[in-house]
Amino acid sequence: MQVQSHRFKELAIKAIIDSRLQQNLRQIGETFRTRREQAFSEVKDPEALKDRAREVKERAIAQLPWLLEELETKVKRVGGHVHWARDAREANALIIAIAEEAQVHSVVKGKSMVTEEIGLNTALARHGIDVWETDLGEFIIQLAGEPPSHIIGPALHKNKEEIARLFSKKLDIPYTDDPQELTMAARRALRERFLKADMGITGANMAVAETGSVILVENEGNIRFCSTIPRIHISVMGIEKVVESLEDMATLLEVLPRSASGQRLSVYTSILTGLRRPNELDGPEEFHLILLDNRRTEIIKDPELRQILYCIRCGACLNVCPVYLKAGGHSYGWVYSGPMGSVLSALLLPDRLGRELPFASTLCGACRDVCPVKIDLPRLLIILRQRLAEEKGQEAGIGFVQRLASTIGSKVMARPTLYQFLSSTIRPPSKALHLLDERGVAGVGHIIPWARCRNFPQLKDPFSRKWPKLEKELAGARSNP
Amino acid sequence: MRYQRVSLFIPCLVEQFMPEVGVATARILSSLGIGLDYPQGQTCCGQPFYKSGYKSKTIELAKRFISLFQDSEAIVCPSGSCVAMVRKEYPLILKNDPIWSERAVDLGLRVYELSQFLVNVMGVVDLGAHWQSKAVYHDSCQALRELNIKEEPRKLLSKVKGLTLVPMERQDLCCGFGGAFALKFPEISEAMVREKMDYVMAAGVDWLIGIEPGCLINMGGYSIKQGLGIRVVHLAQVLSNR
Repeated sequence: MQVQSHRFKELAIKAIIDSRLQQNLRQIGETFRTRREQAFSEVKDPEALKDRAREVKERAIAQLPWLLEELETKVKRVGGHVHWARDAREANALIIAIAEEAQVHSVVKGKSMVTEEIGLNTALARHGIDVWETDLGEFIIQLAGEPPSHIIGPALHKNKEEIARLFSKKLDIPYTDDPQELTMAARRALRERFLKADMGITGANMAVAETGSVILVENEGNIRFCSTIPRIHISVMGIEKVVESLEDMATLLEVLPRSASGQRLSVYTSILTGLRRPNELDGPEEFHLILLDNRRTEIIKDPELRQILYCIRCGACLNVCPVYLKAGGHSYGWVYSGPMGSVLSALLLPDRLGRELPFASTLCGACRDVCPVKIDLPRLLIILRQRLAEEKGQEAGIGFVQRLASTIGSKVMARPTLYQFLSSTIRPPSKALHLLDERGVAGVGHIIPWARCRNFPQLKDPFSRKWPKLEKELAGARSNP
Repeated sequence: MRYQRVSLFIPCLVEQFMPEVGVATARILSSLGIGLDYPQGQTCCGQPFYKSGYKSKTIELAKRFISLFQDSEAIVCPSGSCVAMVRKEYPLILKNDPIWSERAVDLGLRVYELSQFLVNVMGVVDLGAHWQSKAVYHDSCQALRELNIKEEPRKLLSKVKGLTLVPMERQDLCCGFGGAFALKFPEISEAMVREKMDYVMAAGVDWLIGIEPGCLINMGGYSIKQGLGIRVVHLAQVLSNR
């Protein structure tokens, strides 16, 4: 997909005036928040559970190289292949090579953010391989030619009328906006594809080093289909997703479905270990695990930023982020959006394309409150802001005017006399602007965007000037109560 | 724990835009028999620069601040975000300097937001204030999440005569100020304050009370411009009204 992250502000403005999108976002936020709260309300000690989940990830990341090697050994032992991909190009090349060797013509795919990250569908299409997204949301956006707008609900920005129009056009069916009928239409279209596909590609919610298993959670059953019907199954996974043991997997499964969609457990939880056994009715004959780095090893080396790798892609932070719920997922211009997306995009995208995103936050902290692995997202955003603002050679990323203003501003604040002098200088003009603004002179809002919807505040006679008289008055009152 | 003498930390937004909040703060503390001083030369805790990523430019301001208040037994401030900045961020900003980082940690132990100081330190809840109104209290983000300020303002407001405090939907939804955010992303900020004020309006109140100057300027300014009729006031002003 074309990265648009550098256009965040422009795209967000478009999103804000799209009243239908705003309604959808409001609905999404409310629904997911309520469900998550309900799901955690039955947990005896949610904070302790989140602490345990955090510890699982901390431990896994701390031992990452060894766990990945153990994972490789165990996957091979149960008959699978493991490939190490340094970046998107390598990962796609590996997958295409596997497909070409097996003469694969059609692929069915489960929803996978990491495959969007590497642009897999485009790469496969270029090699004449048909790819069919089978997650209903992904199927919808594939037909629409759009990128995902939410980690767990990629088509949440679309309402049923839009989907009805899309299906009637692309699936050649009579127009209906009945959700049941639309789902059945998708099911019919996909059923064929599942049974005919030569290869299934999925991501992986986790991989377990202890057993060489790939863990996949879903509600539709399409991932089950993709991973068990076609002859070949490829699972693409960011290296940070490996955990040590089945017990660790269980801990994360206690928080992932609850945080994502308010479920105790997803409808389908698959623990896939190895190939179809002789006495089994389904399962692949060939399994490949693609371990993707794509800058994750750089992130691990950074002790301050490392914790973003604990992210289990639940989407809870998106559902509480007041900025995401206004700007919508597409404004972030890439695969990952919301608070976690702001951090990851800034770190993973080349040429600092994601440089604006860490600033697009009020640092309210709602995300940190809901993160099931207790990632301190506001802290990461502040650190990224520091890296972007103060790194040599990054000046182009941050406006020259802003840099100058901050330099001057901080120097003025360090010199009280100068500060007092300058404040008294701008006091009269600020009063004037305030009065103009009060009288409804539209121009003020153009000069200072703040004043477009809020009144322009005026600088008043400062506290410091009031203090001497106030001090005397209060001292007097205290001695004569 | 009680203090005989307290230093006033008056944030830049209060100094310039709402000096009456500083005056109210001083009156409240004085009415409890506390002696006050106001270290001259206060300017800014550095939060706007720091949150914009200019950590190095904030170092000088942090050191100045620490020196200015080094002799203060207790420091009280009518702003949650400024206290959070001093208590939580100063030690991080100065962490590579063994002497200054220790001084920063020490300072953090002595600085208080007003409502926390009154309720948790002075053990005072009833200031004999009155404010005839139906009001909501806004849980500002920094105060709520960095300093755990939630019950203290509510306890204080519950004792204010004539004041009916009602809850509002999305009580802790960010108002969209975010300091520099409102200047950098004005359209998103505007959409956020609009939604926030929708909830305030839906609560059917005539007053909005808060402890964060930035939030109050944001929501108050919006209410005035849009003619919403919601009046916005700082907790200190309510409590000093006797």
